[in-house]
Amino acid sequence: MDEPRYDEATKTYTTGHSYDGIEELNTPLPRWWLWSLYMTIVWAVIYSIAYPAWPLVSSATAGFLGYSTRGEVAQEIARVEAANAELNTLLANIDLTVLKDNEPLHQFAVSAGASVFANNCSQCHGSGAAGAVGYPNLLDDDWLWGGDIDAIAVTVRHGIRNEQDEDARYSEMPAFGDILEAEEITSVVAYVQSLSGLDHNAELVAQGSELFADNCSACHGETGMGDRTQGAPNLTDSVWLYGGSDAVLTDTITNARFGVMPPWSPRLTDAQINAVSAYVHQKGGGE
Amino acid sequence: MSNSETPPSLYAAQEPIFPRRVTGFFRTFKWWIMAATLGIYYLTPWIRWDRGPNLPDQAVLIDLSGRRFYFFWIEIWPHEFYFVAGLLIMAGLGLFLFTSALGRVWCGYTCPQTVWTDLFILVERWIEGDRNARVRLWRAKWDMRKWRLRVTKWLVWLMIAIATGGAWVFYFTDAPQLAVDLATFDAHPVAYATIAVLTATTFVFGGFMREQVCIYMCPWPRIQGAMMDEDTITVGYREWRGEPRGKKRDGTAGDCIDCMACVNVCPMGIDIRDGQQMECITCALCIDACDDIMVKVGKERGLIDYLALSDEPIERAGGAAKPVWKHILRPRTLVYTFLWSTIGLGLIFALFIRAEIDMTVSPIRNPTFVTMSDGSIRNAYDIRLRNKHGDDREFHLSLSSEDVLRIGLEGTELVSVVVPANETKLQRVYVTARREDPSASAGRTDLRFWVEDVVTGERAYTNSVFNGKEAAQ
Repeated sequence: MDEPRYDEATKTYTTGHSYDGIEELNTPLPRWWLWSLYMTIVWAVIYSIAYPAWPLVSSATAGFLGYSTRGEVAQEIARVEAANAELNTLLANIDLTVLKDNEPLHQFAVSAGASVFANNCSQCHGSGAAGAVGYPNLLDDDWLWGGDIDAIAVTVRHGIRNEQDEDARYSEMPAFGDILEAEEITSVVAYVQSLSGLDHNAELVAQGSELFADNCSACHGETGMGDRTQGAPNLTDSVWLYGGSDAVLTDTITNARFGVMPPWSPRLTDAQINAVSAYVHQKGGGE
Repeated sequence: MSNSETPPSLYAAQEPIFPRRVTGFFRTFKWWIMAATLGIYYLTPWIRWDRGPNLPDQAVLIDLSGRRFYFFWIEIWPHEFYFVAGLLIMAGLGLFLFTSALGRVWCGYTCPQTVWTDLFILVERWIEGDRNARVRLWRAKWDMRKWRLRVTKWLVWLMIAIATGGAWVFYFTDAPQLAVDLATFDAHPVAYATIAVLTATTFVFGGFMREQVCIYMCPWPRIQGAMMDEDTITVGYREWRGEPRGKKRDGTAGDCIDCMACVNVCPMGIDIRDGQQMECITCALCIDACDDIMVKVGKERGLIDYLALSDEPIERAGGAAKPVWKHILRPRTLVYTFLWSTIGLGLIFALFIRAEIDMTVSPIRNPTFVTMSDGSIRNAYDIRLRNKHGDDREFHLSLSSEDVLRIGLEGTELVSVVVPANETKLQRVYVTARREDPSASAGRTDLRFWVEDVVTGERAYTNSVFNGKEAAQ
């Protein structure tokens, strides 16, 4: 550091800082500015004591104010739950068929149901509830076990063909590979396809029809309209859970299907079950 | 400053400034501007404007919780924020225009820092006396008189500061109601906190920081350099006329009698005779002060004057300065004016073509379509309808398309929906093509949703697309 010198050209003193002959002019900062710098340093010290700041080996200093972002989230969740407690009690005990008459509660149920669905149901039924092969589309008007809101709630609560819940909806299609010959199955496939208006081998329909009446109509009905009390699909409509091609239908009849859905009670609360039922019911297919 | 002095510290204490009272054209002009700007600021929230039921009757209101901005007959919704953005751009361009034409007129006449500092100096002068009295008081010991004067001044400042902070919050909620709530301590803590912060900044900035704010805290003095050129009219000293300054009467002296009037009235504490400098806010008080002296000593006015740099060589050579309009009208200012007015006209145009009915259509693409049990294909759309009126409105929904498509609404058999006052309603709408309709097996089919206000018959539409079986999943 050199001695400050007076610079004639600018009529200003230098600070004395000189780097390779480049000098710095001294244009004084206001003193209050310096004090504001000191104040920010003092503030930083106080702040780092008051709030979590200094990293330790596996955590950080907690700060004497005890502030924590996680704690704040927990508080916020508790606050929301407390605020919703009354609505949730109401929702848990309501007769679902009249839920729509209570517009605010219905809206609450649909919003809550949307997040329940996203967390618990979308893994199989898809985030848009459009289903996938073997997992029913919940947007259409075709329901295996019933599509009114109570039926949906029963399905959600107890599930389908599971061993955990005694009240689970249950039915079992036999594997007809043990009962019918392969060519007989081929003719049943042709008949079933004809019911739904799909392309099919017309020569086999007559034989298929006979075999259907003997083996299938007990569950799927004389006309193939299905039976919701035992979850037997309607075979005359355009909706095919596993597909309507020759190969898929042959597989279905030969080996049968056994779609399982877990029971959601008690994993979900009554209010959550009612909420997700209301959500599914208003997705476009509800009856 | 000379070599014999000791080098200054790296930090400088604030130099006290005692601006002297001055009268003249610019001072009078500035009083009027002060009255107008302060009047607008303090009184605007109290102007009433009848908008009918369920809507606030405050002419200018920034309703943050309702997410609405009311300005007399104009109502700005959050999705129309581009109006605010446009006004901000216009404010910026306006600042460019005025700075390139007239230098720092914003700083000198209308900047809140200048206006409130002016007001605070007025109070100071009223309580403590003019410049000389204030200098004496500043040097005096802290006796009873000094305490009395200082405390009185601070109290008046504080009242102005509270009024200033208080006026701010009235812009954000119903003013009369808030005034009552504030007085009865029923107002929201945010209101009190805002008033406290703005009271503190007004008190400190207007009373104590003053020119320090302009010199050290404001970015504008730095930016202005890029806005000004040799035709910009700024406050300047006719050095060729004034020098050599002094009181000699032997004919060798210039017009400047070195009376220091220009320095004594300067709120920034500078000497304009050193030339244009960063600290100068072009408040023009030195012009008034100097003109006053020039008249008294029998010389021509305008030793200190609004000048353009390009006139200097002409005047030095004995010529007359160009007329002001020739300085102001130049490509730069014309371009700024053009841009400014183009945006302004654009905003006015946009204001008039705003649709009364506000509809947005979001096709639901998860999934793109649903096959129904009868083989028909259904698409779903989220339609948001906004009711900007103060009463509930019923909207009728329909669609038009080249193909036969059917419309249905979730949760109702009707094809109309009631949107509550001042709300946006989300309605899921289903559009279905029968199995045999061309659009069921096609890829995309264009369609147009129509919405009609059942009462007024106003209509609006939004185009969308129907996805058939060929549409990409």
